[in-house]
Formats: sequence, structure tokens, C-alpha cells
Amino acid sequence: MSGNKVEEDPRINGIKTKIRVVPDFPKKGIMFQDITTVLLDPKAFKDTIDLFVERYRDKNISVVAGIEARGFIFGPPIALAIGAKFVPLRKPKKLPGETIFEEYELEYGNDRLEMHVGAVDAGDRALVVDDLIATGGTLCAAINLLERVGAEVVECACVIELPELKGRQRLKGKPLCMLVEYRC
Amino acid sequence: MQTLISPFVSHSLRLAPPLPRNSLLNNYHQASPIRLSSHFSTTSLRLFNSGAAAASRDSEMTTEDGKDPRIAKIASSIRVIPDFPKPGIMFQDITTLLLDTEAFKDTIALFVERYQGRGISVVAGVEARGFIFGPPIALAIGAKFVPMRKPKKLPGKVISEEYSLEYGTDKMEMHVGAVEPGERAIIIDDLIATGGTLAAAIRLLERVGVKIVECACVIELPELKGKEKLGDAPLFVLVSSA
Repeated sequence: MSGNKVEEDPRINGIKTKIRVVPDFPKKGIMFQDITTVLLDPKAFKDTIDLFVERYRDKNISVVAGIEARGFIFGPPIALAIGAKFVPLRKPKKLPGETIFEEYELEYGNDRLEMHVGAVDAGDRALVVDDLIATGGTLCAAINLLERVGAEVVECACVIELPELKGRQRLKGKPLCMLVEYRC
Repeated sequence: MQTLISPFVSHSLRLAPPLPRNSLLNNYHQASPIRLSSHFSTTSLRLFNSGAAAASRDSEMTTEDGKDPRIAKIASSIRVIPDFPKPGIMFQDITTLLLDTEAFKDTIALFVERYQGRGISVVAGVEARGFIFGPPIALAIGAKFVPMRKPKKLPGKVISEEYSLEYGTDKMEMHVGAVEPGERAIIIDDLIATGGTLAAAIRLLERVGVKIVECACVIELPELKGKEKLGDAPLFVLVSSA
């Protein structure tokens, strides 16, 4: 399969038509990409997972890191199918054990992404999963967390990309695989 | 090591051989006493551990006390963190279960075996750890997955249900139109404590005419009697942590 977008696979259109766009959420001017409607269609949800699994199953991925909370929906089925461990990357104070954190910028202010110490080992080959890439800030924080403990980030995988926000350029050179583009 | 491929699992969930057990658990076990389910005496655990690896794979076999042999491994993969989020609470951490590929696979398999073929069209998962266990079950049984979320996370029109916390209240929300009257649902979360969250999820679904077949959790804290809050809805758990 060439390129970072799974191009021309006939399943993609079925997934795309299931994504619901909600205008002015969370605030005016934002066209929110709602994937919950994909999850309501068992075939579209299965196809989404299958497309990623087919891409990654022979790449010796040992870790799938999913970003809270919608990365928790797509990451575990991929992890289970390819035999990788699943590592949740969470907002502050949710993980109960010892954690490391990475700060990232929001539109106003900062936030943090945390990971459990010991979840990922040096030499692990990792995939980062989220439902969508916008500015790339959260994914960049995730890449940093994984690299700090010596893992190799093989790729970032998202269902949707908002290419106009240029998030792809913020991934420290890591490739991005996405299924559906949304341009305003 | 032989890989078990259960017939119910669609090809997209066919699993690769599991990775070595995560070091987090090995380090933790050395420090802590055994805090497994009261269903397991140390005798039955020793029998399980000394048995052939094949025994742990065979869903037909049970240990002396009648439990599926996969459950002991799942129970031992859960890490207990004292005094989180506050002093006195022994927090049941399932993230170590997720690092054990065999334990995670078995956890999902146990739920899927129970719920496949029963006309369940909805798997509702409670944010956020219900999002980890719910979707693999939904995919395997051909049901839709419906996230039940904290306020203001779902972008579309929602219905909401209030529930009590130790101090104050919180709200749970579900998208309007996600489920239809007459659908049969299971509700998934990692753990049931007081049952307040699950009870709110039950109310949300029942308000729109959905039948709750069962609530399913990996862990129960039976002393908190959460089961009593679930009304007519049965509860199924894998591990009971006294």
C-alpha cells in the first residue's frame, strides 16, 4: 500500500459518509467532525479498524498508544488484532501510578498528556492513534512521551485529517496515515 | 506457543502471539501481598500456574472452584495502587492488564463468548475506561458502540442524566438518536464501585426504550454493593476484589 493515505480503497467512502459534521461546536466557526456516527454502523466501524490493521499487522508494532478519549475507541481494537500492548495517554491526574508528562499548547494556555512509567520499554515500536489530527499538538506531545522512554514511533494513525491546519508538519518527521480528509 | 483463535472472532480481530509479560507487574508483585478475588484460594492458583499452558487456553476447562482458568491470569494482571485518588482507596489499575496482550485478549473473549448470538445490538461504554473494553466487544458481536460521556463532550443533541458523587453530582450524556426503542443493550465499564455511574447509564438507555440485557465490568468492589443500584439489570463481572 503506497502513500500515507489509504487511497482508493472502496471502504473509505462508506466511512466518510458516516462521519457527521456538527457546525459551531465547541464554539462558533468550528465544523466538528463527529465520529460517533461511524461507531453506530458496525460495518463502517469494522472497516475503519480493518484498514489500519491491514496496514500495521506485519510491521512488528509492539505498542499502540491511544490519546484520551477517542483514541481509546480506535486504539484497542487495533492493538488486539496486531498483538500489541495498548497504552492510554491521558489528561493529568487520571493515571494512578507514577507518570511522566509532556506539555502542549492549546489555543489559550497549555495542557498536559501523561503516560505511566514502565508501560513502554526502550526499543518498543509504537503507533500513536487518535480519531483526528488538527494542529498536531497532542500527537506531537504523544511522540515526545514515547521517544523519551526510548520507543521508536513508527507512524501516527488518525481517521480524519484537517489538512488546512498543517498538523502533519508537527509530527517530528513521523509519517501520518489517515483515512478521510476534511477541507472547509 | 499456540495461539488460540476462537471461532467467533472476525478476521479483523484475529490475534498475534502475545508478548512477554510487562515488567511493571513483575516489579509490583514482588512488593505487594496477594490481593486477588476471594474466589481464588492460593491452592487453586498454584494448580493453575503449574498446569500446562494449554489449560489456560481451553475455554471448556475450569479450575476446581468452577472458574474459567483465564480469569486468574486476568486478575493477576490488575495492579492495585494504594491511596489513589485519595488516602484509603486501593485503586484497581487496569492499565497493566492492557499491557498483557494475552490477558487483554482473554478479557474481551470472555465477554464476547457471553454476549454473542443474543441479539444485542448496542454496546454502551462509560467514559473513559469503558471506551477501551466496549468497542472490541461491539466489533466482535456486530453491535454498535455508543459512548456515554461527561457533560459537553458529545457534539450533537444529547439527553443527560444526573447522578450522585461522594460530594455533589455529575452528569452523563448520550447522543439523541444513537439508540432506538426496542434495541437490546449491554453496558460496559472497567469497574463497578457504588454503581452510581452504571445506574445513570441504565436510566439514560431505558428512557429511550432500550432493554438492558446486562451490565458488564472487569472488576467489582462487592463491599460497596453497587449491584443493588442496578434495579432489574443483572451484573456480570470477571474479578471480584474484596
